Amino acid sequence: MISSETTPRSRTRSLLARLEGPQTMGRGPAFWIAAAVAIAAAAAYPLTADAWTVGNAAYFLIWTFMAMGLGVVWGYAGALSFGQTAFFGLAGYAYGVITLNLGAAYGLTLVALVLAVAIGGLFALVIGYFMFYGRIQGVFIGIVTLSVTLVLETFMAQTAGPQWRIGEARLNGFNGMSGMPPLTLPWVGEDIALYPGPSLYYLLLGLVVICYLGLRIMLNSSFGNVLVAIRENPHRVGMLGYDVRLYQTLAFAIGGAFAALSGALYTAWGQYITPSSMGLTSAALPIIWVAVGGRRDITATLIGTIVVLAGFQSLTIYGSQYALVVMGALLLVTVLVAPQGLVVGAMTFLGRIFKKDKS
Amino acid sequence: MTDILRVQGLRKAFGGVVVANGIDFSLSTGAMHCLIGPNGAGKSSFFRLLLGEHAPDAGTIIFDGSDITNLRSFQRIRRGISVKFQVPGIFKALSVRQNLEVAFQDHLNGQSLNTKIHEMLDFTDLHAEETTPAGNLSHGQQQWLEIAMAVGVEPKLLLLDEPTAGMSPDETRKTGEMLHDLNARGITILAVEHDMAFVEQIARRVTVLHFGSIFVEGTIAEIIDHPGVQEIYLGTADV
Ligand SMILES: Nc1ncnc2c1ncn2[C@@H]1O[C@H](COP(=O)(O)OP(=O)(O)O)[C@@H](O)[C@H]1O
Ligand SMILES: [Mg+2]
Repeated sequence: MISSETTPRSRTRSLLARLEGPQTMGRGPAFWIAAAVAIAAAAAYPLTADAWTVGNAAYFLIWTFMAMGLGVVWGYAGALSFGQTAFFGLAGYAYGVITLNLGAAYGLTLVALVLAVAIGGLFALVIGYFMFYGRIQGVFIGIVTLSVTLVLETFMAQTAGPQWRIGEARLNGFNGMSGMPPLTLPWVGEDIALYPGPSLYYLLLGLVVICYLGLRIMLNSSFGNVLVAIRENPHRVGMLGYDVRLYQTLAFAIGGAFAALSGALYTAWGQYITPSSMGLTSAALPIIWVAVGGRRDITATLIGTIVVLAGFQSLTIYGSQYALVVMGALLLVTVLVAPQGLVVGAMTFLGRIFKKDKS
Repeated sequence: MTDILRVQGLRKAFGGVVVANGIDFSLSTGAMHCLIGPNGAGKSSFFRLLLGEHAPDAGTIIFDGSDITNLRSFQRIRRGISVKFQVPGIFKALSVRQNLEVAFQDHLNGQSLNTKIHEMLDFTDLHAEETTPAGNLSHGQQQWLEIAMAVGVEPKLLLLDEPTAGMSPDETRKTGEMLHDLNARGITILAVEHDMAFVEQIARRVTVLHFGSIFVEGTIAEIIDHPGVQEIYLGTADV
């Protein structure tokens, strides 16, 4: 029997309905109007600032993918990964190696971007498979993932010799790779090279919006339902007939692919990547952004990451060497004041005020 | 009638503690059966063996005609077993509705999922609590919620470990009626139970477990009159 539920249009409608749901804060016209205003403001921003500042803002957007991916893995599926930077770095290097070999013509940088994300995601799938099918749980997930990223860092740092090359691309050890082309859009006449500036900013803004909405749909789908149930009680989920390890592995691979997207974009943005992008400090930062914003809500993760990054940047710009200490203090304050995250706390507060207004 | 479940020579020991000592047990399709026995007899362990949470030291488990002894828990569940644990195993931070969704979404979707959820909210009397986090429910309500999660999937075999613990006599009776309902729809039921009144209400046959072995099996009247069973419960039986 062909039911009315399976027509393409109703399928689209049911997908869109998943934009709201129990796994994501924010619903109803008020929320979506606010979201549209925020996006419009973000789109108008380049009109008010110089190209250099806009390029900087693009830099903040780059990190949000890794943060949202960590939100899925940690906040939703309950597995604290301390090594998202492994996938970030691997994809960053992959983008460099591929573009240095293939060049930037014919939109090949976009192919390199997709391949880099696929490589990072696949690597996460493999690591996730061995962890979850090997019954590694709880804090040991953090230890294993941290080890993976530190091993990669150490490995890349010793690739200074000329024998460490892949085709045209020298890995360059501790100093890292540089000189790879930025993202390039094929265009009639001349290709458009997306150096940090408004056009790259718009591309990233578009990607952030697509990824954010896509994740909302995924998290409110039956897949997302199972993820949060696993976070709450994995044993029970297995006893409802779900292969818990498979769901955890898939969630981990998705989180890894998002970290990889950040990594490849980062390399394309700055045209360099170094082993320290996989080091201890780099590995700790995403955890702080996600925890401070609120790990159990994708909106909070996104907003929190941008706010914290912008704050962090202004601290370092104004010469403070203590930015990392401030970060640590921020994490501490969060844990003490609003363990669910500062943005989640604020959103809950706003939600309550709105409800009072209505009644 | 065929057997939905056939267990042969099932054995499991934890160090010196033998929780299953060569259990032979079968359950015919459509049965409504109770498992009783004093605390520590190995009833919950027997369930865990059936569910694949413990790997047996010896023995086989045949479910619905095929050997499931080496299957993982989730694979056994997918073949049509469902369970309500002794300690409620619900998702405390998730709403009542989400708990039910996770339980049923693999079998149903769209409107039929919604219908089933409403049916179960009716049945558990939890309509008002639909969006309440399950952890905020009373103990009895949590118990109901887990029963609903277990029965809503309409399994072939339903395992219930002390389903009425902590329930009022009224609720206990209601549970019994519901189990009769399910059984009439063809679901085989195996329940661990202490409350003999409840056992009488639901079970046609009863198995007594003692020190990990089957002590005796029979109709409820035979069990009640059995002198050995009384001694077991008074703690005076020889091993
Ligand atoms: N994982 C385990 N390790 C060691 N001993 C156990 C384990 N599980 C159960 N037991 C022991 O097995 C015996 C039977 O327990 P259980 O099956 O829970 O009994 P019942 O449900 O009949 O009250 C008890 O003595 C208990 O302490
Ligand atoms: Mg027990």
